[in-house]
Amino acid sequence: MSTYNISVNGQSKSVDVEADTPLLWVLRDSLEMVGTKYGCGIGMCGACTVHIDGKAKRSCQTKISDVGAAKVTTIEGLAKDGKLTALQQAWCDVDVPQCGYCQAGQLMSATALLADKPKPTDADIDAAMSGNLCRCATYARIRAAIHTAAAK
Amino acid sequence: MSASPATPPARELDRRSFLKVTALAGGGMMLVGYVRNGITEAAAQTAGAAAANFVPNAFISIAPNGMVAIISKNPEIGQGMKTSLPMLIAEDLDVSWDKVTVYQGDFNTAAYGSQTVGGPQNASGSNGTPSNYMPMRRVGAAARAMLVQAAAQTWGVPESECTTANGTVLHQASGKKLGYGELTAKAATLTPPDMNTVALKDNKDIKILGTRIVGVDNPKLVTGQPLFGIDVKQPGMLHANFVKCPVPGGTPVSANLDEVKKLPGVRDAFIVPAATGVKAGVAVVADSTWNAISAAEKLKVEWNEGANANQSSESFATQALAAGAAGAAPTYPANAKVLSATYSFPYVFHACMEPMNATACYKADGTVEVWAPIQNPGSARGANTVHIMRSGGGFGRRLSGEYVSEAMAIAQKFPGIPVKLTWTREQDFGNDLLRPAAWHFFNGAVGADGKIIGWNDRFVPVQGAGFGNNEFPSLSVQSAPAIPTGMPTGPWRSPNDNANFWATQSFLDELAHASGQDVLQFRLDLLASEKITAYNAQRMMAVVKLAGDQAGWGKKLPKGQGMGIAFTFSHRGYVAIVAEVTVTQDGALTVNKMTAGVDVGPVVNLSAAENQVQGGMMDGLSTAWLLKATIDKGRPTQVNFDEYDLIRINQAPVVAVHFIKGDYNVAPTGLGEPALPPAAPAVCNAIFAATGKRIRTLPFKDEDLKWS
Repeated sequence: MSTYNISVNGQSKSVDVEADTPLLWVLRDSLEMVGTKYGCGIGMCGACTVHIDGKAKRSCQTKISDVGAAKVTTIEGLAKDGKLTALQQAWCDVDVPQCGYCQAGQLMSATALLADKPKPTDADIDAAMSGNLCRCATYARIRAAIHTAAAK
Repeated sequence: MSASPATPPARELDRRSFLKVTALAGGGMMLVGYVRNGITEAAAQTAGAAAANFVPNAFISIAPNGMVAIISKNPEIGQGMKTSLPMLIAEDLDVSWDKVTVYQGDFNTAAYGSQTVGGPQNASGSNGTPSNYMPMRRVGAAARAMLVQAAAQTWGVPESECTTANGTVLHQASGKKLGYGELTAKAATLTPPDMNTVALKDNKDIKILGTRIVGVDNPKLVTGQPLFGIDVKQPGMLHANFVKCPVPGGTPVSANLDEVKKLPGVRDAFIVPAATGVKAGVAVVADSTWNAISAAEKLKVEWNEGANANQSSESFATQALAAGAAGAAPTYPANAKVLSATYSFPYVFHACMEPMNATACYKADGTVEVWAPIQNPGSARGANTVHIMRSGGGFGRRLSGEYVSEAMAIAQKFPGIPVKLTWTREQDFGNDLLRPAAWHFFNGAVGADGKIIGWNDRFVPVQGAGFGNNEFPSLSVQSAPAIPTGMPTGPWRSPNDNANFWATQSFLDELAHASGQDVLQFRLDLLASEKITAYNAQRMMAVVKLAGDQAGWGKKLPKGQGMGIAFTFSHRGYVAIVAEVTVTQDGALTVNKMTAGVDVGPVVNLSAAENQVQGGMMDGLSTAWLLKATIDKGRPTQVNFDEYDLIRINQAPVVAVHFIKGDYNVAPTGLGEPALPPAAPAVCNAIFAATGKRIRTLPFKDEDLKWS
């Protein structure tokens, strides 16, 4: 076990875990930030998506020992001072979630997409979002919510 | 419009049980030291001054400031129940939705009833809405009646002169009005009315039902707040993983427990013997989920794999083809067009995004407390308290509570300490209760007049599969004995209907094409001519027409594009789907659009209802197109999403949903399931229209769809 100091949502955090512990489980168990979800553990479903230095990454595939000084942003860190981002608000208003389990990962991927392409086409959305599975298949509303947020 | 919906009578809340419930919820008779998520706790969270609240029953608490707390009693698995049941209460309570805060109730049969207060407290069979529609409306109406009585007594006027709107009682003649919050003290002294005779709103006064109300948990979901079973955190909690034999029925003989106990963070490793609801396996308990999972991966277990170790899908298919061949073909008239075809579909997984998990604690007072994402909390055998956590998908998988029993069996070793059991994805697939495979050996004929004159279906199931044909009475189905497999199966969204109707609605399409008629008109003629008793043929014809009209049925399409239609009556819902596809000459499929016509009676929450139909359609498409679980050496060969790749956004069609308008005086039927069964045959029928290629084996992702 070793001590790691990482930056999560602008705050410095210290954790004592095994070096091979995925960032996913550090967030969920050590830091009690459970918004980032476990779905497959092999980077195929996208439920665990976080931002590492602004890029959408699979936290189940990121070992704590590889995080270093990178800035980690999780679903808990999107809203500032209790104000939802345009995407979070669109997700609520369009009523995207069914079971809702994958939606944190979807939002992290969508947030990275809009940072890169503020007015994405359907093809841009398909390309950026196809790594995120939704078992309830809320894809039509995910598209609608991204367009809604992009229009703001 | 519908005439006579085939809905079962809703269970009613009788006065005696209502009063009992009231006494429980009022606090005076609550068991001490038994903290529940009930209306009293909800009220305290909302207003901070629960004593001054009006708590007419186990579901409602109105604070002096007019804010309303409502308990949603059934599990939320993505079907929208946590929002729609409180909408029913709010409608007849006559409060505006923005004054309502919703709380998830614990499993509590005494308060929320299985037989007396609404439907069962589970998420099963698309039954949550139908079984609770009238009871929940009455719960709201009873409270409203007491508030009206309180106002009338305050003003000294007859109750009949008082009306309500948006949480306020009005006396038109005098212009007096009092908010519900101002009436709490007086209303709390009154006797609840008879639930059987309490008046519900007229259709014209309905304000909330049928509108788009977004999910009450959305703000928490989009900010990552804890809601799901897997999110449960309790003080001092330990984390467990549980390894079972990869072959169902197998048991552990020995394991390298001493070695595993020395791994980082591991608190204990032990063999759990088989018991009621628990299969034998090896438990690893650690201080974190990761330490439990990684230690469990280092287990070396000697298994007695048991009797099923040589089972395989290949062998089941060989047996099925032999059983199908044994069916006798009837003789048809010489001028008939005779068709025969074999359809088959494989096992599939539930693949809920949230793997199975549960938290259990054996407490010092001898009671057992459980937190579980579960469709049927009553299946948590031996638990005194079950906190119903939001489920990351259900699809029937969480009707079985064996993962709760496992968590309890493990936690029993750690008295006073909560233990959370989390299955890995691989364990979730490997220990699934599969949607069973089956084969249909059809022959059928169309007469010279273009009408069906014969339909014989020899149905060959694997163990666990069933087929409740109800499409039309003249279809003859003979079921062969089930192929013994030893593979565990369970309910999977639209059990029995989810793939059998793909087979029947596809073969029906074959006959429709053989008739030379328009295949939609062929179906309407069939529905008109058959003496259907299982459902209302007029309602079915209406959704077929609705889907066809909305999709632009009959428009001219070039080769490589096509439309297909299918209709099914599943879980008492009428759904027709038109699919439109494009297939390139080299066989690449795009599903462009799916259009649903739906009749389930009155729509409770338009947003959630649309979501369920969209999701059901997409689930049907995803499963038929892409998914199978293959058994080899007695176990599924696919272990994770890399080999079981659900539909993704780049494959998702545009979806359109159209509802037949319903009558709010009649309980609707449910929507979790009925939109799934017609999706796959609609798409496969569209592929045939586009290419002339008939899909008879699922999944069809590897089917050669090239055309020239």
